[in-house]
Amino acid sequence: MLDPRLFILNAEMGFNPGSMIIQFVMFIILLALITKFAWRPLMNVMQEREEHVANEIDTAEKNRQEAERLMNEAQDELQGTRQNAQKIIEDAKETAKSEQQTMIAEAKDEAQRIKDNARQEIEQEKERAVQALQEQVGTLSVQIASKVIEKELTVDEQQKLINEYLEQVGEDK
Amino acid sequence: MDHGSPTIENVFGIGWLDFNLSNIIMTFVASLIVFIIAVIGSRNLQRKPTGFQNFMEWIVDFVKGMISSTMDWKTGRRFLPLGLTLLMYIFIANILGIMFMVVYDGELWWKSPTADPGVTLTLAVMVVALTHYYGVRLKGTKGYIKEFFSPIPILFPLKIIEEFANTLTLGMRLYGNIYAGEVLLTLLVGFMATGAMETVAGVVPALLWQGFKLFISGIQAFIFVMLTMVYMSHKVSEDH
Repeated sequence: MLDPRLFILNAEMGFNPGSMIIQFVMFIILLALITKFAWRPLMNVMQEREEHVANEIDTAEKNRQEAERLMNEAQDELQGTRQNAQKIIEDAKETAKSEQQTMIAEAKDEAQRIKDNARQEIEQEKERAVQALQEQVGTLSVQIASKVIEKELTVDEQQKLINEYLEQVGEDK
Repeated sequence: MDHGSPTIENVFGIGWLDFNLSNIIMTFVASLIVFIIAVIGSRNLQRKPTGFQNFMEWIVDFVKGMISSTMDWKTGRRFLPLGLTLLMYIFIANILGIMFMVVYDGELWWKSPTADPGVTLTLAVMVVALTHYYGVRLKGTKGYIKEFFSPIPILFPLKIIEEFANTLTLGMRLYGNIYAGEVLLTLLVGFMATGAMETVAGVVPALLWQGFKLFISGIQAFIFVMLTMVYMSHKVSEDH
């Protein structure tokens, strides 16, 4: 069974206005001190961290956008460079082709020229040879003729022949 | 519990001015412990928290959550230090009586200060007074008075009663829980002191009750702060 004095105690525990006032003042002092020395710095640090994190997120986002922009730029640049390179290669090919054709044409011309020259020379040589041959034939025939004539021609006949030639010469004139 | 309080009566010859020395000492001890914990916890603050700072920040976030659940954070942020101090003060005050109680010369010196109705009602009156103060300050005198006549004017008497009921229940709830806990704990310990057999039989219930009282201490501190914020939001919120 409960001690009956327990219930008497309740009556004893009345209100003590003095201690209530002191407790109230003490709580207000505690509130002021603790706020100044503990909660304020703590809240400031938390606030600062919050801002820091927000800033970091913003910065990261900015950096990402910047990186994306730069990447796009680089891509564009690369594309342009590639096109340029393609163009240069094509140009080079074109140039090489035209050069080749020019060279071939020149070589052909040269060959033609050389051939023509050679042909001309051959022709000239041939003509000269024919001429030389003709002369030689003439001389030879005269020698042969003179040899033949020396054997059978008499003085009279010779005289007669000379005259004939002389006449002819005169007629030709 | 057959012991009284160390009371000094009629100080300076004023009839009603009584001092309960136990209450004064215990509230001072509770305040000191709360102050020391808070200052140690917020010493050497870093942006990247470690150890004790984590714990303190957890408490701050906890109270922040309580405030945010009852009112707009923009109006509620000014009550954060109050809520934090109340929570820690009441919790420490509650558990002061769990560890031990000191009775000297038939008078109870060391106990939970919150096991005294005077202490808890002082806190409750302070909280309710603060709600009225902030009600006037944030909504203006006109808005503050209008609140008593809304939604319909006939509720005005009820609203007045509600203020006193709030104060009483806020203080008495805390007092009743802690005082009942201490009564049962004292009875258990008294029972254990009567003999060896009783000591063995009483160990487990005493331990269980101490654990439960610790839980009650936390819950009551939480409820007190939560109700403080609810009453506050009734007075300062634009719509509710």
